[in-house]
Amino acid sequence: MAVNEESLKMNLLTVSTSPHITSSESIPKIMWSVNAALAPAVIFAAWHFGMPAIITMLVGVVTAVATEYIIQVIRKKEVTINDGSAVLTGLLLAMCLPPSLPWYMTAFGSFLAIAVAKHSMGGLGHNIFNPAHIARAAMMASWPVAMTTWTQMTTSVDVVTSATPLNILKQQGYAKLIETFGDASNMYQAMFLGLRNGSIGETSAVLLILGGIFLIYKGYIKWEMPVLMIGTVGLLTWIFGPSGLFTGDPLFHMLAGGLMIGAFFMATDMVTIPITRKGKIIFAVGAGVLTVLIRLKGGYPEGVCYAILLMNCVTPLIDRFIVPKKFGARR
Amino acid sequence: MKSFHGGVHPNDSKKYTAAKPIEAAPLPKKVIIPLRQHIGAPVSAIVKKGDAVKKGQLIARSDAFVSGNVHASVSGKVTEIADYPHAVFGTCPSVVIESDGLDEWAEGIPMQRQWEKLNSKDLSAIIREAGIVGMGGATFPTHVKLAPPPDKKIDTFILNGSECEPFLTADYRSMLEYTDRVATGVKITMKALGVNTGYVGIEDNKPDAVKALQSAFEGTQVKVVALPTKYPQGAEKMLIVMLTGREVPSGGLPMDVGVVVQNVGTVIAISDAVTKGIPLIERVLTVSGSAVKEPKNLLMRVGSTFADALSYCGGLNGELVKIISGGPMMGFAQSTVDIPVIKGTSGILFLTKKDVNADKESACIHCGRCVEACPMGLNPSMLSILGERQFYEEAKEEYNLLDCMECGSCVYVCPAKRRIVQYIRYAKAQNAIQAQKEQAKVAI
Repeated sequence: MAVNEESLKMNLLTVSTSPHITSSESIPKIMWSVNAALAPAVIFAAWHFGMPAIITMLVGVVTAVATEYIIQVIRKKEVTINDGSAVLTGLLLAMCLPPSLPWYMTAFGSFLAIAVAKHSMGGLGHNIFNPAHIARAAMMASWPVAMTTWTQMTTSVDVVTSATPLNILKQQGYAKLIETFGDASNMYQAMFLGLRNGSIGETSAVLLILGGIFLIYKGYIKWEMPVLMIGTVGLLTWIFGPSGLFTGDPLFHMLAGGLMIGAFFMATDMVTIPITRKGKIIFAVGAGVLTVLIRLKGGYPEGVCYAILLMNCVTPLIDRFIVPKKFGARR
Repeated sequence: MKSFHGGVHPNDSKKYTAAKPIEAAPLPKKVIIPLRQHIGAPVSAIVKKGDAVKKGQLIARSDAFVSGNVHASVSGKVTEIADYPHAVFGTCPSVVIESDGLDEWAEGIPMQRQWEKLNSKDLSAIIREAGIVGMGGATFPTHVKLAPPPDKKIDTFILNGSECEPFLTADYRSMLEYTDRVATGVKITMKALGVNTGYVGIEDNKPDAVKALQSAFEGTQVKVVALPTKYPQGAEKMLIVMLTGREVPSGGLPMDVGVVVQNVGTVIAISDAVTKGIPLIERVLTVSGSAVKEPKNLLMRVGSTFADALSYCGGLNGELVKIISGGPMMGFAQSTVDIPVIKGTSGILFLTKKDVNADKESACIHCGRCVEACPMGLNPSMLSILGERQFYEEAKEEYNLLDCMECGSCVYVCPAKRRIVQYIRYAKAQNAIQAQKEQAKVAI
């Protein structure tokens, strides 16, 4: 066969199956975008809760990244700490913790999230449960007192309380809750802006929504998920109010606890939720229903974390039954 | 117009060649003509080493109906009949002809023929004789498509002018420059099929082609439709559902919904064969990519090599990492430039690192982009995982493996850079092997 002059000059050619071009989308791009979407809430938390929150977030992130690095080195796997997913898990966990939690508890939780919830399942993409929420649930079981101890906020001016709004509601009732904030509109405003007590990253509804809108715009999450999860919580808490049907305070429930961060950042964690749009909708509504069930009927004041973990359990089942409509079925 | 479900919007990269008129490549000194340029029964050579042949002379044929005749594309001497590299099949027996530089036609070609006087059967016979196959890349013999079984009533013909593959502009240039032959080819095909309803589907990123064909078909029953630009608009099933609203059933063919689709190059070949008696020996193709100095639309003889195309286009420019026969979404990567152009070669791409995907694959993160991109309504994520873990039967029975047409939309959008189509192809092959084994068992 004639050896062509051109072919001699050539380097080794890649021979692989089609397609030969791909979009510029990548896992690091997605993960770092989610981290970026959390940034406003992180900065707010640092200002709102001060040093303790900064330390907790740092410990969370550093432990997560270090744990991932060590595990991947030991298992002789490619080290992927630059893809932003370990950072995200550590950060999300810290944002769901009380600001002044002892650092070793945070470190333990972060280790658990990466080592057990993520890598024991096979690493990114293989985990069944949201790693940050698994860690938080384990910490709730291990240190129930520390995990529900809320210290003073640095920015506290009007709100002089060492309990979260949901705690006050559970233990002292709705009237006391309103009294704490002065009046209802004060309460909504404080909760919308984030000037309340709670876990590090959950308080500022407006900044979490902003981050969520950025992710929706980038196409990394589906708008239906947060809207339906939050909407379901609002609807059900309004219907099943404290003094009979349709007497609830939906706005309070939608702004309270970890619902905003849960709906925008946890219930949208693509690894642990259904793959189809329809499946995602079922997941979101289910998580909303379970959240309300726990808040209104359960022993805990807040239920977002468990609601999402429970829905993670049924995700494979949802994917088994909710399948895309195949082309060629219609005649 | 509401588009079909799924699909992707890759950068179309047509700017390299869209404005460049078709140029006839210089006569090659030697052609390597593979004996397999179609889907179906193989053809066997009817010439032997040392024979003198003329341009357009039949050199290989088969008695089988689903097959495609092969003709000499230059005049000269047969120097060898041997295995040569092939763009699709790896290697293939090929007839090598050394050109005598005279480029003389075989006797009786070209001629003048009034197609209006011919009936459907004669037209089909001429098309079969001329060795015409689907020139979009699938290379299914055209005369077979024109003779559907009696229980399939064909009522609609569609010309596929969408050319949705990035880089390729051969069909686009042909529609602009060979408008009359395209129109004649469509009319002949419709007569051969005995249908009155015709559509031309063109992506709306080629408005001048839409306009050219609209005026060519003015006053006829052929409707020229501008379709939303989205890959894979040119896939038969997508094209049919967009133009007629009919969904080709799972596992079925266009004729199951009464439709026959042909490619632009194919109808030009039909027009040439019927009106001038010229068999399929040359085609328009796009030579492009950022590794080629002067990208062009070329009219090339079947059997010219990729090396001929490259040297006529000024050679290499930048570091070549991939050669592709066809488009970047569904084309075949090559390991050498000593590959002959065949009837189905719609383009030759020389790509650099910046054009191609060379990222490492990682685990699926379940993001669902592939599910949204799949025009066939499959779950590519699950298919790739099942393929990776060797659950071939589950993939076929429960996740509709065989409905995948390998368009590559899922791989295009995958952030984990998974080789989904590769897993799917492998799973399909494994299923085929399993089926063969079972058949063998039954036979014993």
